[in-house]
Amino acid sequence: MTAFPSPLTGRAAPILIDNVDTDTIIPSREMRSTGRNGLAEGMFAPWRYTDADARTENPDFALNQTEYRGACIIAGGANFGCGSSREHAVWALAEYGVRAVIAESFAPIFHGNCIRNFVLPVTLPREAVNALAGDEVTIDLAAQTVTHGDMVHLFTIDAEAKQMLAEGLDAIDLTLTQSAQIDSWTSADRALRSWVYLQQDGKSLSHAGSDGA
Amino acid sequence: MSQTLFEKIWDTHEVGQTPGGASLIAVDRVFLHERTGASALKRMAEMGRTVRDPSRVFAVMDHIVDTRPGRGDGTLMKGGEGFITETRAACRAARITLFDVNDRDQGIVHVISPEQGIVLPGLTLVAPDSHTCTQGAFGALAWGIGSSEAEHAMVTGTLRMERPRTMRVRFTGALKAGVSAKDMILTLIARYGAGGGAGHVVEFAGEAVRALDMEARMTLCNMVTEFSAMTGLIAPDAVTFEYLKGRPYAPAAFEDPYWASLRSDNEAMFDREIEIDASTVAPMVSWGTSPEHTIAVDGRIPQGPQRAHDYIGLSAGSRLAGTPIDAAFLGSCTNSRISDLRRAARILKDKRIAPSIRKALVVPGSLHVKRQAEAEGLDAIFAAAGFEWRMSGCSLCFYAGGEGFPEGSRTVSSTNRNFEGRQGPGIRTHIASPETVAASALAGAIADPRDYVRVPKEVAA
Ligand code: SF4
Repeated sequence: MTAFPSPLTGRAAPILIDNVDTDTIIPSREMRSTGRNGLAEGMFAPWRYTDADARTENPDFALNQTEYRGACIIAGGANFGCGSSREHAVWALAEYGVRAVIAESFAPIFHGNCIRNFVLPVTLPREAVNALAGDEVTIDLAAQTVTHGDMVHLFTIDAEAKQMLAEGLDAIDLTLTQSAQIDSWTSADRALRSWVYLQQDGKSLSHAGSDGA
Repeated sequence: MSQTLFEKIWDTHEVGQTPGGASLIAVDRVFLHERTGASALKRMAEMGRTVRDPSRVFAVMDHIVDTRPGRGDGTLMKGGEGFITETRAACRAARITLFDVNDRDQGIVHVISPEQGIVLPGLTLVAPDSHTCTQGAFGALAWGIGSSEAEHAMVTGTLRMERPRTMRVRFTGALKAGVSAKDMILTLIARYGAGGGAGHVVEFAGEAVRALDMEARMTLCNMVTEFSAMTGLIAPDAVTFEYLKGRPYAPAAFEDPYWASLRSDNEAMFDREIEIDASTVAPMVSWGTSPEHTIAVDGRIPQGPQRAHDYIGLSAGSRLAGTPIDAAFLGSCTNSRISDLRRAARILKDKRIAPSIRKALVVPGSLHVKRQAEAEGLDAIFAAAGFEWRMSGCSLCFYAGGEGFPEGSRTVSSTNRNFEGRQGPGIRTHIASPETVAASALAGAIADPRDYVRVPKEVAA
């Protein structure tokens, strides 16, 4: 995975529908393995294809139109990415080449998944999203701006998320640098809340036994 | 200083700050399932990382397991078996406890975690599953995350988080007969929108919430993800502790003063407050393709996004009640517990579903629920009424490419999502309470459960 390529310029493919859910971004039946690859083709399958099995394209869907095919930016509606927590939705977008989604608001789990995968979620007012949808825009992460023609929109992003995206940092590696702090917190917590800590049963394959019927 | 329940749990778990200014929050329990957990386990292994404390990580096979009797690892979904065998091998390698396909305690993650006493008041619990919020009913901070975050939680025992805002939703007064927790949460979403809870942790309070049993409280918290909230929670009380006593992973006693402190202080301030009079809550049914497209069963469909009307095949101004249905589904982490099945069975007893219904399923939320229902003879009531009785799992709550409803079905379903294609390509879903599903299956059309529970319907003003 790579850091967010700032500044990013491209046409913002318009998918201006509220409550776009992750079942639509990547339907469960398109999630064929436990891996993170091979998902781009199934991205938006219900809307992108008139026949998903045959992969017959729906010409009305933005990403099937010449100017938006392979778009790196999507302009979406409110509560974008709601529904299932499946990170596969972001893996599919990233594999397709989407590096930023601009929307009025995002569902929280999807928003977190975007950051962990270096896809930039940009929150802008509805009027701004509607105005820039379909046009060429430039997103500058450092300056926190989206430029559209002679309009410049400022957006906010948490400082930490910004740094992660800008530098392509792996959150787990970063947190592991604080392991000593976590260890000392845990030993103090053990004394306070002993009931939180379970015994390792050591079996760990199956909980109790077989034949539950 | 006065604090909300959320703030107390957050502060207890704050290990420190990250250099970027986020909080490092300790995670007490991680729960995985074979659909999204498998991806986290795989990545962890590929990166050569290990689980920090395997005794506090659990996994279950629930999402794509077959629910037909006599099941094994095979699934109707193409390639599904791979998710099951890979998850099993990965759990063994990581030494984490697995509730396997035919384990006697198997079931839907959010049903078995409480049954086992894995979720407890005051804990933090995460799972790569959006309905983890269900478990907030116990006064735990329980929320859904992605697979990368699940790996982060397993490996480091923490998550990096920005502090969410707080919202309190009070349900005052009392519910009317034929109305249940599902109708309460659907009312909240219908009134305030599918994005209404964005950025917030929602605490449910008020007499009508206190009056709910634990299973109904879980139903209420289950759908806060459909409200776009980070999670929901309910302060624990005697009902909570009574439910948990004697559960396999629960402590022997709840006498520590810590338990008594798990409530919002009287003076605590919330960023936002909503109040709903529970007596105004009617049986709710969704008409469209977002959970916010929901109205009282006896209401008229409003004008929504044209796309939703087109998909569902119902126009503004028409009545929802009386709309013919082809299928009925009782199950899911929202409404598949024993009390849900009892209420549905009470309506179905000695009756037969309409001949026009082409598929009707009851999928208990766990094998415990299944055995309990069988001991009470509920399975026989469902079978006599024309419902298929299944093994536990998520089943047709979502379509994974295997079993489906008959093509073009309109189904009434006790699940939580009515998205386009959620239950299969072209399948039109109406979400509702188990009572409403049962009543509608008998009628062969969307029906008002109050006509079946023999209570006087409120006279319209
Ligand atoms: S029952 Fe449905 S909503 Fe609940 S965990 Fe399973 S698939 Fe998700």
